[in-house]
Amino acid sequence: MNRLQSFATGMLFASALLMQGCSKEEPPKPAPKAEAPPAETIVKIGVAAPLTGPQAHIGTDIKNGVQLAVDDANAAGLTIDGKKIKLQLVAEDDEANPTKAATVAQKLVDAKVVAVVGHFNSGASIPASKVYSDAGIPQISPSSTNPKYTQQGFKTTFRVVANDDQQGPVGGKFALEKLKAKNIAVIDDATAYGQGLADTFEATVKAGGAKVAAREHTTDKDTDFKAILTKIKGKKPDLIFFGGIDPQAGPMVKQMSELGIKAKFMGGDGMQTPNFIKLAGDASAEGTMASMPGLPKDQMPGGAKFLEKFKGKFNTEVELFAPMGYDAVFVFVEAMKRAKSTDPAKFLPEVAKTDYKGVIGPIAFDDKGDLKNGPITVYVVKGGKWETMEVVTPGGAPEAKPADAPAPAAAEPAKAAEPAKK
Amino acid sequence: MDIFLQQIINGLVLGSIYALVALGYTMVYGILGLINFAHGDLVMVGALVALTILQSLFGSTLPVSLAITCATLAAMLVCMTLGVTIERVAYRPLRRAPRLAPLITAIGVSILLQYSAALVWSKQYISLPEILRPAQFTVGGASFTDLQAFIFLLACALMGALLWFIKHTRLGKAMRATEQNPNVAGLMGIDINRIVAFTFLLGSALGAVAGVMVVLYYGLGHYYMGFMLGLKAFTAAVLGGIGKVHGAMLGGLLLGLIESLASGYIGDLTGGVLGSNYRDVFAFLVLVVVLVFRPSGLVGESASERA
Repeated sequence: MNRLQSFATGMLFASALLMQGCSKEEPPKPAPKAEAPPAETIVKIGVAAPLTGPQAHIGTDIKNGVQLAVDDANAAGLTIDGKKIKLQLVAEDDEANPTKAATVAQKLVDAKVVAVVGHFNSGASIPASKVYSDAGIPQISPSSTNPKYTQQGFKTTFRVVANDDQQGPVGGKFALEKLKAKNIAVIDDATAYGQGLADTFEATVKAGGAKVAAREHTTDKDTDFKAILTKIKGKKPDLIFFGGIDPQAGPMVKQMSELGIKAKFMGGDGMQTPNFIKLAGDASAEGTMASMPGLPKDQMPGGAKFLEKFKGKFNTEVELFAPMGYDAVFVFVEAMKRAKSTDPAKFLPEVAKTDYKGVIGPIAFDDKGDLKNGPITVYVVKGGKWETMEVVTPGGAPEAKPADAPAPAAAEPAKAAEPAKK
Repeated sequence: MDIFLQQIINGLVLGSIYALVALGYTMVYGILGLINFAHGDLVMVGALVALTILQSLFGSTLPVSLAITCATLAAMLVCMTLGVTIERVAYRPLRRAPRLAPLITAIGVSILLQYSAALVWSKQYISLPEILRPAQFTVGGASFTDLQAFIFLLACALMGALLWFIKHTRLGKAMRATEQNPNVAGLMGIDINRIVAFTFLLGSALGAVAGVMVVLYYGLGHYYMGFMLGLKAFTAAVLGGIGKVHGAMLGGLLLGLIESLASGYIGDLTGGVLGSNYRDVFAFLVLVVVLVFRPSGLVGESASERA
């Protein structure tokens, strides 16, 4: 026993020495490397999104958008404060898991990234934002729409999509005015994103005089919704709203038609994907509506060119948030240029002052880090494809129909009503 | 009332899938006293094999029923081979080992299957092309599809056949003998290894059918789908009385019904405090309550410890 113990201790020492040896060897390495091509400094940009699991297609989409931006920036040649800069992408998989998100956030911080694009899920972005804030690293989420994300008082959190305080009311108003919904059932997937969106939607339609016949919850892992849908069927709603992501929305719509529920179906940005139609099946998906922050891909100022470039590089269609990821990188790059530094502490104030014309349109942040005047588009499935129904710009000039101008006005009371309800 | 009927239908279909998977757990437990945690993942493999075949056959001139039969047979073949191999490689060498060893091995095999599947099929959700357009029927205000009816009836038929097989054939008799006392059964000239392998074969085949049912019913599959399904089926087996074939059937159907009714009515019963996302909690709660009053399950007799 004693010998075994001393042997183990010996091994431990040996391995510790070995490891120390390794880590000692490492630091000098970059120095000569940096000297060899004298003018090129590596600057790491982090991206964190679910790269595995049911939402992998969406996370990979974001990563590809960021990758494309990094490659473009490098190809164009980047010089900041007289130094030649090469951007390098560090991708981490948060598995759409809040706990994992905080872990990979720390990993990115330890890898010395200067800025992070991510995360995809609100539930992941919120816990991760604390880690980035503590490290003083700016974070732009391409997609997290839960209002709480930017309301924590962190100076490092930004997003390039409209939040659910804007999206939910737009959806709610659309349901009331365009769909004339009177009796509405609301389902969410019990995540920060899904529940937040469903809450703001519910508040808006309630304020607008519609009845919320049922409020149901499922999870972001479930595929069997027959029981909830059956319950909802009994309430005979004319519209079902779902706050959640496509792996649930797809089967849900399919099971709706199997149960013979004739109600219209509507959701948020998480289900506005080609994958949703694949999962639901063309026939069931037909007529489904979803709101989505941002302009339609083909109406984005840089849209057509971006889609073409994206397709050329990755040989796949843009799912959702690749353009937002792409722009986020350039927001960072522009901020670095203005600050003449790649030090996050120096260029962070410049990120807040962003005024950039990106692929998705003009990008500027309000004092909380939310996108100013983020447009929201309502889409509908027609003939197995998502098609634009109309565009709503809160606070700005309505792009489609003047009738939608009061949307932000309706948003305000809804916002006020929501915390009171909680 | 029509809503209640609809929930019963939902529950029965879900329950019949649980029951088929639960049979795999319960038969192996009956004979080896081993909880084969890899069984849920075996079902997943069967489901994904069927999904792949259906995808590749989609668009060909083959009639749908034939395509599904092909996919089912292939899934059964793969699962049976895999099941017997797992038994031979992972469990047989440990048959005389303390009970904990094969249990941990089973968890290991389960993880191995999951991540092998992730390598083969990726970690994404795989969706089934629209090969089926189930026809709808309405009875008393509740609607069901021919697919649901088919799943339920096929599951019942398979369970009936299994009961008959165990009761009335020589092989079934040998299985029962092995279950009662493997040592004595061995002395009577029964090849225990063959019986155990056959049990795995049978369980895997039923699991594969359940996997195909899941794929057809929900239209999607992924590498992790076996975990929750396996856990539920295991619960069903324990609920009915693990080791008892008819217990697994009863437990499966009951669990399906409980889940369906719980998610349908739990919100109303608790005044909206607990939502339908608590249905799993409710299902496991029922299990705990049943085990408190009937530790050996609903149909289990207080079993004497086997050698």
